[in-house]
Parts: sequence; C-alpha cells; structure tokens
Amino acid sequence: MSPLAAALRKDLLLQWRTRAQVVAVFAFGASALLLFSFAVGPNAGVLREHAAGFLWLGLLLSSTLTLAESFHAEAEHRALEGLLLLPASARSLYYAKALANALALAALGAGLVPVMVVLYDAATPRIPALLGIILLGSAGLSAPGTLYAAMTSQARARQTLLPLLLFPLVVPVLLAAVKATGLLIQGDPMGQVRSWTLLLVCFDVIHWSLCGLLFERVVED
Amino acid sequence: MKSDRLPYSLLALGLALLLWGSYWGLFLAPAEAYMGDVQRIMYVHVPTAWNAMLALTFAFACALLSLFRGDPVWDARLEGALEVGVTLSALLCMQGAIWAKPTWGVWWDWDPRLTTTAVLVFAFGAILALRQFVDDPVKRATWSAVAAIIAYADVPIVYFSVKWWNSLHQTQSSPETVSRAFHWPLRINAFGMLFLMSGLISLRSRLALLRREEETAPPLPGRTVDRWGDARSLLMAGPAGVISGGWEFVWAAYGVTAVILTGYAVSVFARYRAQRRRREAVKR
Repeated sequence: MSPLAAALRKDLLLQWRTRAQVVAVFAFGASALLLFSFAVGPNAGVLREHAAGFLWLGLLLSSTLTLAESFHAEAEHRALEGLLLLPASARSLYYAKALANALALAALGAGLVPVMVVLYDAATPRIPALLGIILLGSAGLSAPGTLYAAMTSQARARQTLLPLLLFPLVVPVLLAAVKATGLLIQGDPMGQVRSWTLLLVCFDVIHWSLCGLLFERVVED
Repeated sequence: MKSDRLPYSLLALGLALLLWGSYWGLFLAPAEAYMGDVQRIMYVHVPTAWNAMLALTFAFACALLSLFRGDPVWDARLEGALEVGVTLSALLCMQGAIWAKPTWGVWWDWDPRLTTTAVLVFAFGAILALRQFVDDPVKRATWSAVAAIIAYADVPIVYFSVKWWNSLHQTQSSPETVSRAFHWPLRINAFGMLFLMSGLISLRSRLALLRREEETAPPLPGRTVDRWGDARSLLMAGPAGVISGGWEFVWAAYGVTAVILTGYAVSVFARYRAQRRRREAVKR
C-alpha cells in the first residue's frame, strides 16, 4: 500500500469513527439553510432564486467546523510529529487529509441538497452535474482549508482564525459554485455552467498544487 | 542598531511631496470636464492604489525570501509590508467609496478592482491576525510566509472571478484617459506615497525586529506584550456622513487619507518608541 493510500485510509477511518461529529455538522448546515429563508421571507420565487447561494453559504459555514476538527486527532498528544517520523512524505499526509476532507464536504453538500430542494423548491434534473459541482467546490474549500487547519490547530484562537484566513481566499470558489448551481436550478440557456466549472477546476488545480508544495514547510519543525 | 535616520528622512520626503502634490491637485490643476472637482480625489486615490499593490507585492517577495532563507530580517519586513499594505488597501476602499458616491450614485459598486481590494484587505489582514496568535517566532514566520504566498497567488483568480461575475449583471464604463494637465500632481503624489510607504515599512520592520529580539530574549519579571496593538491601528476612523456635492467628497477623501496615514504613522512611531524604551530599560 502506498503512503498516500495508507494515510487516506487512516483519515477516512478517522472520519468514520467520528461520525457523530459528521451528523452534528450536517444538522448545523441544515439549520443554517432553514435560518437563511427567514432573511428573505416566505416568497417561493425569491427563495428559489437564492437557493444556490444559501446552499453554498451553508456548506461554507459548516466546512469550517469539519476542517477545524480535521487536525484535532493529530494535534492531540503531538501525534503529527509521530506521523512525520514515518517513511511517508509530509506531502502524502497532506493530500490524504485534503482528499478525505474534500470527500467529507462533498458528502455534506450532497446531504444538504435534499434540504435545499424541500425548503426552497429548487429541484434540478441534472443531478450528476450538480454533484460534480459540489465535488469540485468541496475540493476548492478543502485544499487551502486543510493547510490552514494544520496551522490553526496549533495556534491560539483557532476557531476564529480558520474562517478568518479561509473565507477571503475562497471567494472565487463561492462565486463559481453559486453561479453554476444557480444555473443548474434555474436553467442554463446560454450554456454558462461550463465556464464556471472551468473556473472551479482552475482554482482547484492551482491550490491543490501550491498548498501541497507548501505543506511540508508548515509542519516541519 | 542601524541609524534611525533613513525611515524618518523617507517619511519627511514623502510627506513633503504629498503636501505639494495635493496642493497642486486641489488648487492649481483644472477641474475635470465630466466629473468636475470630484475628480481631484484621483490625485490621492491612484497613488494609494499603486503603492498598496506595491507594498503587497513586496510582502510576497519578503514571504518567499523569509521562507527559503529563514532570515528573521525578511520576516520583519514581511510584517511591515503586510501591515502597511493592508492599511493602504483599506484606505483605498474608503477613498473609492467616497469617489463612487457622487460619480456612480452608490458607495459600493461591485467593480472587480474595488471588490478585489476589499478581499485583499481581509485576506492579508487575516495573516496579521494569525501572527498575533502564534507565539513561536519560527512557526509564526513560516506560517505567515506560507499564508502570504497563497493569498498573493489567489489575487488574480479573485480578480477574474469577480470580473466575470459582475460582467453578467452590468458593465461599468469609466474611460481612464488622463489628460496631460493632470499628470504632474499625480506623479508627485505617487512618489510622495512611495517614499511614505517605504519609510513606514522600514520603521515598522524595525519595530518587528525589536519585538522579536525581546521575545527571544530570556523572560524578565513584569514583562507585558501589547498583543492587540497591531489590530487596533487598523480600525481607525472612517469617512464623514453622507453628503452630496463636489468639494465635500474631495475633502472627505483627502481627510480620510490624512487621518488614516497620520494616525497609522503616529501609531507605528509610538509603538517603535515604546519598544525601544523597553529595550533600553532591559539593558539597564
């Protein structure tokens, strides 16, 4: 088994064993979706128009909880130092963790879709495309999010710092994902979903490579 | 300890040039054909924009050097450049909002440049916050350098995504043809701002070095560290109330610029002096 696969297996196992946390984060995201509707009132048309924005804001807010927890096990008892002593590069540890986080966020996003459909009457026939956008957007949140979680898990005031660092950075992810999701829900006569997906892919490629390169520096002592 | 003369001469030169350029721009240069007197905001706004971007680009270079050389001097310069860059970018947003009201009718237009600048303030401001919460100087240097590199790499993506996003709603037409009569005050102010920025970065980096020296020194009884000092200086002042008319906006923009720049310079100077006094006390 390659170091990356072994590390990914460890991270997915960690996610599975802390599934109570996953359920709690989902409940948080769903309650955020419920609360957003109070901001615009019960007008079905307006709610449907803003459904994509609400879905992604809900996912973004929940993502800070998932990401902040993701280095919890490693920060405790200095387990990260132990991991770094293993014959696995820091880079494979990073990619495994980022991949596990991206999958967890994508699952969370996919779980929030039915809530969105029920609350805002925002259904779309293009389910695979929607799941693809959610996966790409989650990957965009997870690449810088995992790197910053590694930093802030060792700093004071980590609950405040992670969103403070992450939110301005992921503005392009939010813009592109909201646009693409909105077009899927409301119809896409001009075929713009492709361009927004391309923007998401660009963001993912840049941040997955850059953060992978820099992670080694962050964890080395 | 290097001589204190360099940052102070830069600050004095910058201030003199800014006063000269602003006087020229406010009273000698002709009013603009369409925007009238409101256009005079350009003489502080454009130099602020250039120098804010320059300061953040310098911060990026410092981050790279700090990360790959591990020299505390580059970390101190990174701290100085970040703080000055964030202050100038925040000032830029305020000036932009004051200029937007009389010309476009709204304080905030979702123009790609304006929005990107606001995102920059938060992205780089967060790194300053991160620095406040990491006690180990080596980790602080590495982490803030990494965060600065990622934030800088993000700037073009943010710009293009906002541009794309906004162009689907509305297009903002603002012809940027600058007539010859406006060149001189703009140039003088640009150099004034450049010298002022360099002086501030230099002084602020020295303050960062002094603080690091104190941190890495053996602990002394009764030592207190002002952890919120940096954040406080970024929360100063704001534009005056909503006013309609030409000159009111010009004065508001110049006033905000003067208040922010003076306030920031005074705060850097005061913190620097306090840190030096503490150092003298430790020596004694």
